[in-house]
Amino acid sequence: MSRMLLEVKDLFAGYGATEVLHGLSMQIEEGSITTLLGANGAGKTTTLRALSKMIKVRGQILFDGQAIEGKATEDIVRLGVAHVPDGRGTFGSLSTEENLQLGSYTRKDKHEVALDQEKMYSYFPRLKERRNQQAGTLSGGEQQMLAIARALMLRPRLLLLDEPSFGLAPLIVREIFDIMQTINQRDKVTILLVEQNAAMALDLANYAYLLETGKLVLSGLSKDLKQDEAVRRSYLGH
Amino acid sequence: METFIHQVVAGIAAGGVYASLALALVMIYQSTHHINFAQGEIAMFATYMAWTLINAGVSYWLAFVCTILLSFSLGVLIQRIIIRPVENAPVLNIVVVFIGLLVILNSIAGWVFTYTIKAFPSPFPKEQPFGLFFISSHELGSIGVTMVLLLLLYSFFKFTPLGLAMRAAAQNPDSSRLVGIRVGWMLALGWGLAAAIGSVAGMMIAPVVFLEPNMMSGILLYAFAAALVGGIDSPGGAVLGGFIVGILENILGAYVIGTELKLSVALVLIIVVLTIKPAGLFGKVIVSRV
Repeated sequence: MSRMLLEVKDLFAGYGATEVLHGLSMQIEEGSITTLLGANGAGKTTTLRALSKMIKVRGQILFDGQAIEGKATEDIVRLGVAHVPDGRGTFGSLSTEENLQLGSYTRKDKHEVALDQEKMYSYFPRLKERRNQQAGTLSGGEQQMLAIARALMLRPRLLLLDEPSFGLAPLIVREIFDIMQTINQRDKVTILLVEQNAAMALDLANYAYLLETGKLVLSGLSKDLKQDEAVRRSYLGH
Repeated sequence: METFIHQVVAGIAAGGVYASLALALVMIYQSTHHINFAQGEIAMFATYMAWTLINAGVSYWLAFVCTILLSFSLGVLIQRIIIRPVENAPVLNIVVVFIGLLVILNSIAGWVFTYTIKAFPSPFPKEQPFGLFFISSHELGSIGVTMVLLLLLYSFFKFTPLGLAMRAAAQNPDSSRLVGIRVGWMLALGWGLAAAIGSVAGMMIAPVVFLEPNMMSGILLYAFAAALVGGIDSPGGAVLGGFIVGILENILGAYVIGTELKLSVALVLIIVVLTIKPAGLFGKVIVSRV
């Protein structure tokens, strides 16, 4: 029996009076890649924002068995949850290297942090070339790489990724997906991936959830979902 | 020529004070996008604390350090108790809070210390330094103190993790939370630092303008002008702006418009910058799509 790293029960969340998630329940197995699919406005980004408490929630969120729904974002980060938000959230006026340093802000093991920084530069050699450049002047793909690298500097147990392929050239997207595979297998990081590109996400992930207007409508192994008639028609286009 | 050189040097000395206060304004502006109108009064209040300590027999430099620490705490307390509850309020509410703070600090100082003008000591000797004719010891010392202060601040923000976290929090609060930075405390720390910087400005200018509850009102105007000239969101610009305003004010005051109209230099600068180049020398030009 595999261990669940994250368990969400009956989660409600939204913005002000507008409720977006209406009782979402899901589980994420430790060491897996899980993808969350759905159309625009289904509540994918909101789910990630709820999990790292960037918005108010009702319901239960258990991370490694510990209730975190009452915690602040800063404290959830300290438990090992890294979130690459939509729009990447890089610090534009700071340098690439400073962005990475901020990723390890909560860590005290200076020596290990230095090693991890070199590791990030080996994953993303282009960031090394740009280490002293202002992050805002990087290309879209480089900024996405930086956002992921910054999140990994936390040495997270769970990585929440919000549409890493958004607005990027296919070749760059491929590169980023390969890295995700690497960090999942080599660094044992559990990943929850929100993606528009359903075909690629289903290829990468072990499990998939399908979200429609704030509710889960389908879940299972991604290889099964890939065969599902409804999923194929609506999300894979064939 | 000798008087001209002296006017420039005096301008640099005053400019350092404007630069410090302008920097305090910019720091608060960067993290909150508000101008703290009470920044000058906090500095004035701090100077009174120094005066009280010195009068109680504490040596100047010990009082100097204590005042910086006390001002830092005062800044943190003001942010936590007064500013935090209105953080997300509309701009006008916050402006009213700032003005209220200005009036309250001013009145408390008047009530506790009276409105009588007091002499504030300079820690530097009376005679000219090294036999130089164009600079007084206080001017030289004041320039030195400001330079050390600016250098310390620069190093803090550039080379320490906490300084980096403060810059990050000012730039992108949401992303900062996502890397674990406690943004609320960074704001409080920013207020503390701004108040501490202001206290140094107050103690350096007090021997020149004398100590009284309204002593910073003119200085704050110069600091506004300095911050705007440099660009309200540029710390380096604010510092340069401070020196530009200081020198300009002294030279124009001495040769063109006379000392009585000196303060109008600041007002004219503010109007000119806002109409011709609102972003200042080094500020970001904000373009928004409509």
